[in-house]
Amino acid sequence: MSIYINKDTKVITQGITGKTGQFHTEKCQEYANGKNCFVAGVNPKKAGEKIFDIPIFGSVKEAKAQTGATVSVIYVPPAGAADAIWEACEADLDLAICITEGIPVRDMLVVRNKMKAKEAAGGKKTLLLGPNCPGLITPEEIKIGIMPGHIHRKGRIGVVSRSGTLTYEAVAQLTEIGLGQSSAVGIGGDPINGLKHIDIMRAFNDDPDTDAVIMIGEIGGPDEAEAAVWCKANMKKPIVGFIAGVTAPAGKRMGHAGALISGGADTADAKLAIMEECGFTVTRNPSEMAKLLKALLK
Amino acid sequence: MKIHEYQGKEILKKFGVTVPRGIPCFSVDDAVKAAETLGGKVWVVKAQIHAGGRGKGGGVKVAKSMDEVKTYAGQILGMQLKTHQTGPQGQKVNRLLVEEGADIKKEYYVAALTDRATQKVAMMASSEGGMDIEEVAHKTPEKIIKVFVDPAAGLTDAQANELANGIGVPAGSLAQAVDTLKKLYTCYMETDASLAEINPLILEGNGNIKALDAKFNFDSNALYRHPEIVAYRDLDEEDADEIEASKFDLAYISLDGNIGCLVNGAGLAMATMDTIKLFGAEPANFLDVGGGATTEKVTEAFKIMLKNPKVKGILVNIFGGIMKCDTIANGVVTAARETHLSVPLVVRMKGTNEDLGKKILAESGLPIITADSMAEAATKIVAAVK
Repeated sequence: MSIYINKDTKVITQGITGKTGQFHTEKCQEYANGKNCFVAGVNPKKAGEKIFDIPIFGSVKEAKAQTGATVSVIYVPPAGAADAIWEACEADLDLAICITEGIPVRDMLVVRNKMKAKEAAGGKKTLLLGPNCPGLITPEEIKIGIMPGHIHRKGRIGVVSRSGTLTYEAVAQLTEIGLGQSSAVGIGGDPINGLKHIDIMRAFNDDPDTDAVIMIGEIGGPDEAEAAVWCKANMKKPIVGFIAGVTAPAGKRMGHAGALISGGADTADAKLAIMEECGFTVTRNPSEMAKLLKALLK
Repeated sequence: MKIHEYQGKEILKKFGVTVPRGIPCFSVDDAVKAAETLGGKVWVVKAQIHAGGRGKGGGVKVAKSMDEVKTYAGQILGMQLKTHQTGPQGQKVNRLLVEEGADIKKEYYVAALTDRATQKVAMMASSEGGMDIEEVAHKTPEKIIKVFVDPAAGLTDAQANELANGIGVPAGSLAQAVDTLKKLYTCYMETDASLAEINPLILEGNGNIKALDAKFNFDSNALYRHPEIVAYRDLDEEDADEIEASKFDLAYISLDGNIGCLVNGAGLAMATMDTIKLFGAEPANFLDVGGGATTEKVTEAFKIMLKNPKVKGILVNIFGGIMKCDTIANGVVTAARETHLSVPLVVRMKGTNEDLGKKILAESGLPIITADSMAEAATKIVAAVK
């Protein structure tokens, strides 16, 4: 098993006809069972056409009705990306994965509140991963997103991080010492996003095929601390934790819009301290994440 | 993106918030003329820099005669204003705001910002205006009142009343305070701000509510739809190297250490900086080359890092995913040659075409030190600069 997606997941690509969408759809199709997973694309102006043998539909709703897809991946440019997320939500998909970087925060605020209002009114809950994230992979089954597939191996370790390349770093370290991954998730670097560390930790905890988790965070925001407190009470699996940004100065946006220290409790040191208190094996040396994790496995 | 106080007040005014009459000035003559135009007997001469804490640093003066306006304008213009937000080197004052004096009966604090935890807009208010709000939050958190606004509903009357009552606005001025809060919220949303702060918001002797200061920060992801705000950008207030880097789509922030770092991905870049510190040195910068690191981008990144005289060595850490290691290796070799690199260079590459990349570095004939892990790379660069 794995979390959220597996070899049987059917995926719609929103923004399939753009340069980024095309490039990554091809890579995702080539990976493992990708040929069978990526079943539809969406572009209202190109409905009826095909790209890499994938039929294009006029809307997400139609693509879902015609193919039975339950997940979408979004490469739509920033100005239209929040609308694309809402379209996926209105079509009652299970999960929308938004790769797009640079979406205005206000657009995300509006769409997140709309999504929550829909749920509160009894509508179907569509999970959102991202935006500004690398996506989600279940090695040797399915890859949805922009991560390099070849560094992953099938296995029993979960990885979750805000950052793309730092996720790859952890995955490559694991693969190198012979530990495969159940799923690897990049939740994205934006301040207003969908699934958070706590949600992913919950999913890994419930997944019988995940034995242990590497959780990577960054400066800024309360998410890692919340996840740590939840893990202390509920998590049955060992966790290695790392927080990037010990050297980051306050008040500066370090590349990710979400990585900006504002108060006092969102520094790397504060987060590392909470994680340690909550039973994580924390490290300040990102080169030893996998090694530490291996030592925790019995 | 940050703007000046006088620009913030222009925006507030546009949204109907009452602000003092004032005129931005670029010279002492301008300041005197501005005071004459404004009339009255008391003027405030305010340094316009992007950092807070200007008053304490001597950047805000109350003038009671034209002579004083002239004297203060002369003192403040061109001064290297040091505040807790500028760092020890201070920030040069190139602009002034000359304003009519205000009859301050009481100072409040109000602000709008985006709250990550609730995914709503937080409207905050405090009776402790005119002070450093972080200090208030630390010492007397009960004196800060917050409401969380759903963008679909906007700031409701009930919420605005809760804030205004909570900070003790007198009954006669309540309606005006509520109106100001609602306008601040609208302004925050419509301008795509990430912070809109009025500190102090004052109650005047006649019961009027007025914004005596304005601090704005805008979401850089949304600037494309606000040319009117981009026009407010003051490059003098920004780091020259950061501006240069942004032209090449590089995320760069200068720091105080002596090891330059070039990394792809913000998280990995921070992790690399942390590793350098862990092994006993300090990073000279944060630099994320992003996803598509072309030879041109890598060369520009090298040039920007090397402009910093403190840089005694460079660490390149690349995780080749979609971007292949051999492409990066070619970029690094070209950049090292073009910049006549004379400081030690350690390169750590992982991922796609790693071996090919290492071969290119080895065969370049350049004294490039390679490493397999971040820790090894940091150890090597720290040793090389000592």
